[in-house]
Amino acid sequence: MNILKNRDVLLAFAIVLLIGGVAARFPAFVRPGNLVNVFNDTSPLILLAIGQMIVILTKCIDLSVAANLALCGMAAALMNGMGVPLPLILLAVVLLGGALGAANGLLVWKLGIPSIVVTLGTMTIFRGTIFLMTGGAWVNAHQMSTAFKALPRMVFLGLPVMSWVALAAIALFFMLLTRTPLGRSFYAVGGNPHAAVYTGLDVGRTQCIAFVISGALAGLTGYLWVARYAVAYVDIAAGFELQVVAACVIGGIAIVGGAGSVIGAVLGALFLGVINNALPVIRISPFWQMAISGSAIVIAVTLNATQNRPKGRIILKEVEPT
Amino acid sequence: MTQTLRTGRAIPDRLQSPAMRALRSWESILVAVAIAIFVTNSFTSPYFLNAWNLSDATFNFTEKAMIALAMALLIISGEIDLSVASIIALASTAMGVAMQAGAGVPMLVLIGIGTGVLCGAFNGILVAGMGLPSIVVTIGTMSLFRGIAYIVLGDRAFTGYPPGFAYFGQGYVWWVFSFELVLFTVLAVIYWALLHRTSFGRAVYAIGNNATAAQFSGIRVARVKFILFLLTGLMSGIAAVCLTSRLGSTRPSIAAGFELEVVTMVVLGGVSILGGSGSILGVVLAALIMGMVTFGFGLLNVPGIVMSIFLGVLLISVIALPRLFGRK
Repeated sequence: MNILKNRDVLLAFAIVLLIGGVAARFPAFVRPGNLVNVFNDTSPLILLAIGQMIVILTKCIDLSVAANLALCGMAAALMNGMGVPLPLILLAVVLLGGALGAANGLLVWKLGIPSIVVTLGTMTIFRGTIFLMTGGAWVNAHQMSTAFKALPRMVFLGLPVMSWVALAAIALFFMLLTRTPLGRSFYAVGGNPHAAVYTGLDVGRTQCIAFVISGALAGLTGYLWVARYAVAYVDIAAGFELQVVAACVIGGIAIVGGAGSVIGAVLGALFLGVINNALPVIRISPFWQMAISGSAIVIAVTLNATQNRPKGRIILKEVEPT
Repeated sequence: MTQTLRTGRAIPDRLQSPAMRALRSWESILVAVAIAIFVTNSFTSPYFLNAWNLSDATFNFTEKAMIALAMALLIISGEIDLSVASIIALASTAMGVAMQAGAGVPMLVLIGIGTGVLCGAFNGILVAGMGLPSIVVTIGTMSLFRGIAYIVLGDRAFTGYPPGFAYFGQGYVWWVFSFELVLFTVLAVIYWALLHRTSFGRAVYAIGNNATAAQFSGIRVARVKFILFLLTGLMSGIAAVCLTSRLGSTRPSIAAGFELEVVTMVVLGGVSILGGSGSILGVVLAALIMGMVTFGFGLLNVPGIVMSIFLGVLLISVIALPRLFGRK
């Protein structure tokens, strides 16, 4: 009975059901090669969802991830054009992404501005910066070096490198969140900020670290995205932040903070990834994608709330006359 | 054992004089900024000081400002609605469908506004009725509403609205005063009265400051919040009618990014993003300022995306500066 109440198990079950449903009509969908493709396609979403989840754990939200991704992706493409070696580019995008995340984090930490306002603002600032960097020009496939484009697609033990990066991030952040003091402090800060202060945690600092992690992951994903699709322009991954938040909400990460797991975020991302990949297979126009992830958010947040609703507290009780 | 009373803040022995308070208020800063921008614009471009050009400039903000009026109340009550731009897209699409089915102008307007109200009700049921966090709900419906517009339209567009329909976005009531500007002015007065002169308005402030206390003092919190979401939907519907009429066409990407500008307008207007304080006058002034800045940038041929950087910086700095300099 307990296993049925476990969200992650239920969600995993829903994903299997979804894949099974599609496979019943289109058996080719469950060929191992195709499932690898689905996972690989979902890798950027998984990476961002992990970062977003950590931010949400601390009672914040990061709406600037997609813009951060686009900016770092463009920076990677431009650096490649200038002949910077690939390892340096990788290091640079992670640092740049982390720095952009730190900008969000510092505004939240030092000035106490609500994260939604900060990241709504930085979202447009980051996108605008890409325009200022390029004047709106695209960086196309022929302007990128072969090595730059090849890395995410390179197959290693049957999986492309992009998938390996996602798997590595899952393992790393699973360990971080469950086995280190820093990981536990994310939960503490989100679960009860006042109590966190009394246990000696700096709430703002922890939130800032969460933003840096989210930003660094977005930066790395920016390179992977641009290299894989072999194009960089102002509007890449526009609106992707919504899918990322959707993945977290579907994965059972409580938007009020303090509850959620890496596994949940990954499953949430996979759920959306399977839907996105199944739509063309079952011949539904890709224009349905947006409405589907929207409904998924609404349904998931409704389910989350009905599941974890605290029972009402009795504040007045009739006392028997003595 | 002696107890020392420590209150953390000094209690002033006299209140500031009303004139002094008015002078130091956020609204008077906004007035000063508005005048400064007006003067700068008149010097930097010879085309700025012209009644018709200024009238054209009002189209930059009237639709967003209408939504900002309702959004201000919503944010004061401690909630937010990020789906407003998507409501415009959906309402506009609904009007397009009705237009193709041969609906007349009154029917089109009714459908546009009706769709807005329905979307607002949907948000309201989820947030006020079920107690879900408004940020997530409206991020969800933001994607849902616009998603439906994409399902209906795909990469196509509705064009060919009846000629009479153009009045709402392009018509003039008198001289340089456009229908949109007059409508906005009327709505602003109504919202000012609603927020500052009725018990409903007081309830909105009370909820924003302490929803639990408001509940215990007999305010029907859920109902007030529901009405506020309805109003925001209604205003988005009205804005959809105006915008569709002005553009004469509907694309699923219509009004993209409006939610950011509306929230910026409200916050710039001095409404606390945490709820509980703010005024309609401030929001109207902020709308004027943003409209004039957009117009001024436009005259100087600054690209739209640079304008959006400016908006982002404005949104953050408006909240950051008072905190940096210790004003609340």
